[in-house]
Amino acid sequence: MDWQALALSLRLATVTTAILLTVAVPLAALLVLGRSRWLAAVEALAALPLVLPPTVLGFFLLVLLGPRTAFGRAITVLLGHPLAFSFSGLVVGSVIYSLPFAVQPLVAGFAAVPPALVDAARLLGASPARLVRTLLIPLAGRSLLAAAVLSFLHTMGEFGVVLMLGGDIPGATRTLSIVLYNQVENFDYAAANRTAATLLGLSVVALAAIYVSGRSRGGRHA
Amino acid sequence: MLELALHARRGSFNLQVECCFASEWTVVFGPSGAGKSSLLRLLAGLDLTESGNQEHARITLDGNLLTDSSRGFRIKPGRRQTSMVAQQSALFPHLSVEANVAYGLHHLERPTRLKRVSEMLELVDATDLLSRRPQDLSGGEAQRVALARALAPQPRLLLLDEPLSALDGAASDALLVRLQLWLNQHHVQTVMATHDATDALALGAEVLLLHEGRLAAQGPAAEVLAAERDRIVRRLS
Repeated sequence: MDWQALALSLRLATVTTAILLTVAVPLAALLVLGRSRWLAAVEALAALPLVLPPTVLGFFLLVLLGPRTAFGRAITVLLGHPLAFSFSGLVVGSVIYSLPFAVQPLVAGFAAVPPALVDAARLLGASPARLVRTLLIPLAGRSLLAAAVLSFLHTMGEFGVVLMLGGDIPGATRTLSIVLYNQVENFDYAAANRTAATLLGLSVVALAAIYVSGRSRGGRHA
Repeated sequence: MLELALHARRGSFNLQVECCFASEWTVVFGPSGAGKSSLLRLLAGLDLTESGNQEHARITLDGNLLTDSSRGFRIKPGRRQTSMVAQQSALFPHLSVEANVAYGLHHLERPTRLKRVSEMLELVDATDLLSRRPQDLSGGEAQRVALARALAPQPRLLLLDEPLSALDGAASDALLVRLQLWLNQHHVQTVMATHDATDALALGAEVLLLHEGRLAAQGPAAEVLAAERDRIVRRLS
């Protein structure tokens, strides 16, 4: 087992999930509560990574963050190093790639909160932030958990974006899925089995947590 | 005094009302689908009229402008000093009765807030429900708590959309008496939507009769309801 790659994957997934929840909660609330006609375009943009091949997204980000663009050069000057082929670059790519996995469960959860409750909170003077904090999140807690778990697992298993944007630098960008790819390429199936089993085990445990949480709240039809 | 002039479209339904509510209590009376709830939602600022769709809305309360769609002006629902109680009580299911009633009072210091919650629950005869959750309440209890929650911020305009439908007759009458007294003391303009003529008569209030989204009549309850009764009798005979 490549413990360094496992630790890097866990760190990447944790940081990505934390950033995604910070971004996705207000974004999902805006999509559900907002009235602007532009929100359909925003929602489509947020869902784009679902249908975009990971290698295509990785390529676009590689070009955007590289020295060929003014944005990439500005970032390099600002940070003192290019974002491509670094852990920070992987975080940026993972956040964009996993965005729909955080936004969509939250949108579904927030939209399921009865509009009459939202109206009541608005009339009682709740600001949008208070409405989200005191009403939407408590009533859509399972969606928040689903968003966190799906974002985490999706980042853990990410391959195309990581390879394109980060390459294969041990300790910096070599994640568990890159290790698995290398092991298979080297015909080391015993090691590949262990790596794959680790990723599978993590997925099963995390998904079970969502369903156990749902059951403990009174089941699917509660 | 509440003044409104509005034209709103909801699909093929047109709501077109221009009137002035001079009385502190006004009952909006009409059959289901007459536009009563739509009217209350527009008054609350929850629904908007769309510009460029031949819609418009101008609402003032005691001379203060709440909505003027021609200027794109609308005070947000939580800042209009307006409360609303709908037929479905819409209590927050994850909060206790106490927290529900206190929800609109977060700007107050805790002792003042608790005192206000206690007063409001006493007004609606629900002090014993303080620590209960909405799912443990009967329909009537939930409506009384919803009423307490709406009154707690001491609104200037109270909108009631068939709010007493789950209460039995005696409880409803007693509550209405206490409620009217409290609202008069606090100078709260109240608009109550109902399709029940008995409620309108019992309140003895000014009645606004809505028919298919149009203002059909306005005046003292007995007069308007008698005219409506005669109209229905003529149509049937």
